[in-house]
Amino acid sequence: MIDPQYFDDLVTTATAGLVGDEILLASLDAEQTDFVRFNQAKVRQAGNVRQSTLGLDLIEGARHTQATVELTGDRETDAGRTAAVIGLLREQRAAVPEDPHLIVNTEPASTTHIGADSLPDHGDAVAAIVDGAGDRDLVGVYTSGPTASGFANSLGQRNWFQTSTFNVDWTFYLRADKAAKAGYAGFEWDDAAFDRSLRDAAGKLDALGRTPIDLAPGEYRSYLTPAALEEIIALLSYGAFGVRSQKTAQSSLLRLVAGEDHLAASVRISEDTAGGIAPNFQEQGFLRPDEVVFVDAGRATDALVSPRSAVEFDLAPNGASTDESPRSLAIAGGDLDADDAIAELGTGLYVGNLWYTNYSDRSACRVTGMTRFATFWVDGGEIVAPVNVMRFDDTLYSLLGSKLEALTSEPEFLFDNSTYERRTPASAKLPGVLVSGMKFTL
Amino acid sequence: MTLIEMVPTDADELARRLAAALPSDVDEATLRVVDESSEWLRVRRGTVLPTRSGFDGGAMITVWVDGGFGHAATSDVSDAGLRLAAEAATRWARATSGHTVPVAPPELRRSGIYHSPVTSTWATTDLADRIDLLRARDAEMDLGGDIVDHGASLGRRNVHSVLVSTAGGVIDQTFNFTYPNLHVTAARGGDAQTRTYGAGSFCGQGDAEVLDRFGFHTAAAELAHEALALLDAPNCPTGVMDLVLAPDQMVLQIHESIGHPLELDRILGDERNYAGTSFVTPDMFGTFRYGSDLLNVTFDPTVEGQLASYAFDDDGTPATRQHLIENGILQRPLGGALSQRRADLAGMPLDGVANSRACSWNRPPIDRMANLNVEPGDQSFDDIISSVEHGVFLRTNTSWSIDDSRNKFQFSTEIGQVIRDGELAEIVRNPSYRGISREFWRNLSGVGDASTFAVMGTPNCGKGELNQMIGTGHASPMCRFSDVEVFGADR
Repeated sequence: MIDPQYFDDLVTTATAGLVGDEILLASLDAEQTDFVRFNQAKVRQAGNVRQSTLGLDLIEGARHTQATVELTGDRETDAGRTAAVIGLLREQRAAVPEDPHLIVNTEPASTTHIGADSLPDHGDAVAAIVDGAGDRDLVGVYTSGPTASGFANSLGQRNWFQTSTFNVDWTFYLRADKAAKAGYAGFEWDDAAFDRSLRDAAGKLDALGRTPIDLAPGEYRSYLTPAALEEIIALLSYGAFGVRSQKTAQSSLLRLVAGEDHLAASVRISEDTAGGIAPNFQEQGFLRPDEVVFVDAGRATDALVSPRSAVEFDLAPNGASTDESPRSLAIAGGDLDADDAIAELGTGLYVGNLWYTNYSDRSACRVTGMTRFATFWVDGGEIVAPVNVMRFDDTLYSLLGSKLEALTSEPEFLFDNSTYERRTPASAKLPGVLVSGMKFTL
Repeated sequence: MTLIEMVPTDADELARRLAAALPSDVDEATLRVVDESSEWLRVRRGTVLPTRSGFDGGAMITVWVDGGFGHAATSDVSDAGLRLAAEAATRWARATSGHTVPVAPPELRRSGIYHSPVTSTWATTDLADRIDLLRARDAEMDLGGDIVDHGASLGRRNVHSVLVSTAGGVIDQTFNFTYPNLHVTAARGGDAQTRTYGAGSFCGQGDAEVLDRFGFHTAAAELAHEALALLDAPNCPTGVMDLVLAPDQMVLQIHESIGHPLELDRILGDERNYAGTSFVTPDMFGTFRYGSDLLNVTFDPTVEGQLASYAFDDDGTPATRQHLIENGILQRPLGGALSQRRADLAGMPLDGVANSRACSWNRPPIDRMANLNVEPGDQSFDDIISSVEHGVFLRTNTSWSIDDSRNKFQFSTEIGQVIRDGELAEIVRNPSYRGISREFWRNLSGVGDASTFAVMGTPNCGKGELNQMIGTGHASPMCRFSDVEVFGADR
């Protein structure tokens, strides 16, 4: 995989070819990924992907144009491609007007992080997965390998962030849609930890084998696991916490930001870069602070401010990417011991996972979605039976507001398992949520 | 947009280099290269955002050895890069031998080509003109007052894909895609209403002519007026009533509640950890009543200019028009050659379609929708509206959600209009409806004729592990459904 020296040399060479007062910003996303996809504990697809994408932003005065180009790892080829694209950007610049929202970080702040490569041997990991499944119906995917993000500019700034991670994202299926989902991810494989996750999931299969219950639509006392809460938070991550969407009334937290509504006083939501696994710089070279707090004591506080939005709305940038989406979202824990969650739930719904969340009413932050995988009816603090899938439709102001009873004390660290275009180092740190009522409609 | 040859696309050269890169004892191998260039332009609130060009390219080598198979994707398409990829794919093939789901090499021996039809090339429009076009549309949405955001965008991609096999096959396909969009948001107090240009569905193959298909040049002001009107509109009524859907909502209804459940890889269980399973089981094909007699659904990669038209899928299977649902009865799944073989070996012989597709060079093909279309019926727009005593007419999808077996769905649209005693009445905001797939389609009670028919697409369908985002085509007339649970927002 491309290393920091290669990236440095590439940008240095490109910088030497700049003309006049041009400034060049360059970003890089690279990965070397091995993957194995499973169905019924057999291999469905296996292989690897090597890719490196260079982003370029060529600036002169207030005019600029951008491009991405795939790199090969061959110095001569990549230098040629980079020069050709810069030539195109220079040509295109003549056709574009000045950008009033352009801002350049002119104070170089170079950083380097290269995490240890302690990844397991792929053969050993795959064997552990297949052996661990035994005769169970395991379906899922194993990914492993290094990823890197880089930034460099013609002003001398250099940033590099490289980690080597693995992620086993899998489900044990009992029959039809009755299944227990689990995950095991990290930097260094631990057989004991993986065995625990296998046992936890297998343990749920016994309860999933009982006759399932069909619940009538209505409002039910519920406990949402951290994984279930993640499905709701992932929806909000598309725009709700960004200042651009907030200032243009497109954020689903519109009423929270306006002070018309609030969450429970125990709710604190933040972008916790210091506690996450994402790079501490964004694609224009602005550094991310350790933390940006979105909600404190249930009230809106700050938002993610990209460099463009900072100019557009006369604010200070806080290291947000252009999309103003969190990469390391965290919700603070409360005082409920996770081991006591089912007992505290008493009678109600244990929601292991949610699925396919979307808005019923964006302005009201009313969210709909489905229960999925291990969702159980609980009575007297004991799991009774699995519940057939149900559609919920409720607001964040209810689930993390008026109906919130407790948050678990130790938020769970959840690796982002998304692999669209490439693996990206992102995570969430979320507690379980006990609510006195959650609305189900179908 | 062609600036750099990212990968060689001469088939003879590729076949020679594949052969040179492979170990001598592989059973069969394919090399698929993709060379893609793109341009994304956007104007928002009068400001031209930085233009963004893209140059992507790479190769996927797939190797079959002793019943195992492996993939390796690389952006390094030099001889050395291909050799490394071939070695990696072969290693994975050997490692998985005896541990895979049933697989077989494609034995790809045929050759063929495809080109997107282009009637009004972008090459005659320079960058400044394209930007001016978007600035004009953006300005037309700036009506002041409660308009708080507006923007116009134009994306285009040129994709050249060449697939060669050690068995001698060559599939060479070139695609031109154009993606126009508009959005405008009006807000007052704690409410915001957004209108868009078909929620991104008014895209297709072709160049500038794609903009003419849905009136891109004249749509902007009307969208802004509608966003403002929605702020003052009442909420959508709640109750069980007749529902009439415009084609730009039918797109998502077809996609989620017909397309995904018919994907054979889902039925075979591949997607159960991520995208989900299906309520459809193999025994249903040929007998199951999916919808009313009025429902006819085709897999049709031959529609000129539709987003997912092609001559061959990414396994090299020739693509032809097939009925998936005929007069309401389920006929065949969306399953490519590999899925068909797997089903056959499992004792479930099924005819499929050519829908094994990869989103780019860096992902292996899986079963996808291509063009999945509801065929037109015989009712005019007026016929359908006048047949409704109490109902709503909904346009432009804004929210979609469905369970992992594709049964219980809920959709919302940007705008609704009450139908009262056979006539369109007041517009309503925040319309939503929910239902269960088979019950919903069995309540299909009216299908528009060709005058109500529109050819559209969904640019971003996500599926697969590794995840893949791909474009799918959907065409539909307007349709009427009886006895649907409809509702609005709380305030």
